[in-house]
Amino acid sequence: MTTRIDRRMAKLKTEGRPALVTYFMGGDPDYDTSLSIMKALPGAGSDIIELGMPFSDPMADGPAIQAAGLRALKGGQTLVKTLKMASEFRAGDNETPIVLMGYYNPIYIYGVDRFLKDALASGIDGLIVVDLPPEMDEELCIPALKAGINFIRLATPTTDDKRLPKVLQNTSGFVYYVSMTGITGSALADTGKVAAAVTRIKGHTDLPVCVGFGVKTAEQARVIGANADGVVVGTAIVNAVANVLGPKGEKTADPAEAVATLVSGLAQGVRSARLAAAE
Amino acid sequence: MDQPATPNSFRTGPDEQGMFGIFGGRFVAETLMPLILDLERHWNEVKNDPDFRAELTDLSTHYAGRPSKLYFAEGLTKHLGGAKVYFKREDLNHTGSHKINNCLGQILLAKRMGKKRIIAETGAGQHGVASATVAARFGYPCVVYMGATDVARQSPNVFRMKLLGAEVRPVTAGHGTLKDAMNEALRDWVTNVDDTYYLIGTAAGPHPYPELVRDFQSVIGTEARAQILEREGRLPDTIIAAVGGGSNAIGLFHPFLDDKDVRIIGIEAGGRGLDGIEHCASMNAGSPGVLHGNRTYLLQNADGQIMDGHSISAGLDYPGVGPEHSWLRDTGRVEYVPILDDEALEAFKLTTRVEGIIPALESAHAIAHAVQIVPAMDKDQIVIVNLSGRGDKDVHTVASMLGMEI
Repeated sequence: MTTRIDRRMAKLKTEGRPALVTYFMGGDPDYDTSLSIMKALPGAGSDIIELGMPFSDPMADGPAIQAAGLRALKGGQTLVKTLKMASEFRAGDNETPIVLMGYYNPIYIYGVDRFLKDALASGIDGLIVVDLPPEMDEELCIPALKAGINFIRLATPTTDDKRLPKVLQNTSGFVYYVSMTGITGSALADTGKVAAAVTRIKGHTDLPVCVGFGVKTAEQARVIGANADGVVVGTAIVNAVANVLGPKGEKTADPAEAVATLVSGLAQGVRSARLAAAE
Repeated sequence: MDQPATPNSFRTGPDEQGMFGIFGGRFVAETLMPLILDLERHWNEVKNDPDFRAELTDLSTHYAGRPSKLYFAEGLTKHLGGAKVYFKREDLNHTGSHKINNCLGQILLAKRMGKKRIIAETGAGQHGVASATVAARFGYPCVVYMGATDVARQSPNVFRMKLLGAEVRPVTAGHGTLKDAMNEALRDWVTNVDDTYYLIGTAAGPHPYPELVRDFQSVIGTEARAQILEREGRLPDTIIAAVGGGSNAIGLFHPFLDDKDVRIIGIEAGGRGLDGIEHCASMNAGSPGVLHGNRTYLLQNADGQIMDGHSISAGLDYPGVGPEHSWLRDTGRVEYVPILDDEALEAFKLTTRVEGIIPALESAHAIAHAVQIVPAMDKDQIVIVNLSGRGDKDVHTVASMLGMEI
C-alpha cells in the first residue's frame, strides 16, 4: 500500500532533490488564517505539510511553538477543527501529503479508532506523535499502520545503533531525524555530525530520512538537504506568523504571505542542495 | 469504565512495561527513551543491592533523622472525641518533609550512574529544597524549575534553595505552577542528555520513576506499620495521607495495601469546590489521559487539553496524580476524597493550637479529613495521618488567607 507520502518521496527521488517539509501550527492564530497558510504552502514550494495539533503541554517544544500552540488554543482550535482544516485543504489539493504532528493525549481523548477513521476521511497521510516511543506501539502506531496511515518515528542522537532497529521497525513514510538533543527551535547542530547520522540511519533502512530541529534558513536547508531526503522547517515558519501579529494578536500583515515568502526561499535552498553537493 | 479485577496482591506492580493496569507507561520523546531505559537498568541493579541499601539506611538515619516518630496526637484526639489519632512525623525529617527520603535514594542512584548535574521540579518548594540539600551534600550543581506563581507564594523555600547553592529558574508558562515546572524540567533533560540526572519529586512520570519514588518513600509506611504494632499491638483501622502527585501517600499506603482490614484514604485538593475548575481533584473530577510520561487521571477538557487547577497548597496544585494511585482508585483498594481549601485551613489552625505543631498545608488536608471522620469512630479505633511536612513555609499564605500582614 502506498500513501501520498510514498508517492511524493518517490517522485522527488527521480527529480534528484530533497523534500521541503513544512510545519505550521493548526489554528494559529485562528482557524481561517491558519487554513489560508496551509493552502499557500504547496505553491510556495512545500513538498510535505506537517500540520501541528496544539497541546497545552508540549514538552519537546521550544518557546516559539509553545506560544503558537497557546495562540491556537486561545483561538478555539481543537482536534476536531484540525481534522476539518485538513479536509478543507484536501478538497483543493489531493496530492500534497499531510502529516499530523503533536502529542498523544488529545488523540487518546478523541478515541484512537474514531481518530484514525476521521483522519483517513480528512485526507491525513501520516502521524508524528512525539510522546509515543516504540515501547508504546500498541497505543496508536500499530492501529494506524493497520488503517493505512504512515507512522513516522523520530530518531535522535541518543538513538544508538543497537536501538535503531527498534525505532525503525514500525516506521513508515519517512524517518524524522532530530538533529540535536533539545527542544524545537534551538540552534542547529554541527551539520557534519548530522550528515554522519543520516548516513548511519540509511545503513539501517530504505526509508527516506528527513532532518529537522534547528533548520531556519535557506542556506541551512541547502546544507542539510545535501545528504538528507528531506528538510523539516517548523519554528522559522511559526515565527513568521508571530512576527506579523501585534501585541494584542492583531494581524499587522498577511500571515499566509509572510509564510509563503519564507517557504519560497527555503524551497530554493533545498532545490539547490544536490547541485551544490555535486559541485 | 470496568473496574479492574481484584488482584491477589496490591503490591506487585508495576509490570515489565511499567504499567499499573492501564496506568503508567513510558510516554516520552525518543530522545529521552534511552535515558529512561538506562535509569531502569541501574535501578534494577541497585534496588536489591545490600551495599546500596546500607548506604541509604546510614544516610537516612544519621543525616535525615530516620526513623521518623509515630506520635500519639493526644490533644487532637481529645478535641475530636473519637478514635485515637496518630501522626507519622515526616515533618521532623531533615529539610522538614518526606521529600528527603526520595532525594537521598535518587542522589545515590545518580552517583552510581556517574551523572554530573541534577535538575528537579518543585511545587511547594519542599522537593526543591530536598534536592538542593542532597546536591549540596554530594557536591552536584543543581537547577530547580519552579512555577513563577509558586516562587511568589513559597518565598522562604526559594531562599533556602538559593542558600544551598541551587539555581532556581522561575517558569512563567501556564499558571506558573508545578505542571509547568515539570514541562520545563523535561525540556532541560531532553537538551542535556549526557550528564544530567532528573530527580523527579513525586511518584509520577515515566517508568521507572513511579516505582522507584514509591520504593524510596515506602520507608514511611514500613516504619509506621512496625511502630503501631509495637505501640498498640495491632494495625490501624484507617490511614490517611494527602495526594498531590502522591509520593507521601503511596509511601505510607504501599506497605499496608495487603492488610485488607486497614481502610486507606487519599485526600485530594478540593480547592474552592469540585463544581467549578478551581480544584486539583483529578481522581474525583478528572479522567484518564497521558501527560508527563504516564497515563493517569488528569484534569482536562473535552479536547484533551490539560487544565491548571487550583489549591491553596502549592504541593497539591497539580492536575495529575501518580499512576499507581489511579490504579488503586479503579481497583477500589484506596478511597480518594476531596478536602476544600477552607477545611484544610481550619485543620491547619486547629493542629497548631491543640498540638503545638504547624503542619504543612498539604498535610493539613489529610488532618482535615481525620477531623471529619474521627468523631464518629470508636475510642478504641486507631487512625494514622501522615504529617508529611512542617508548615513554616506556609505561614505567609495562611496569613494572607486570614487577612493578616506579617
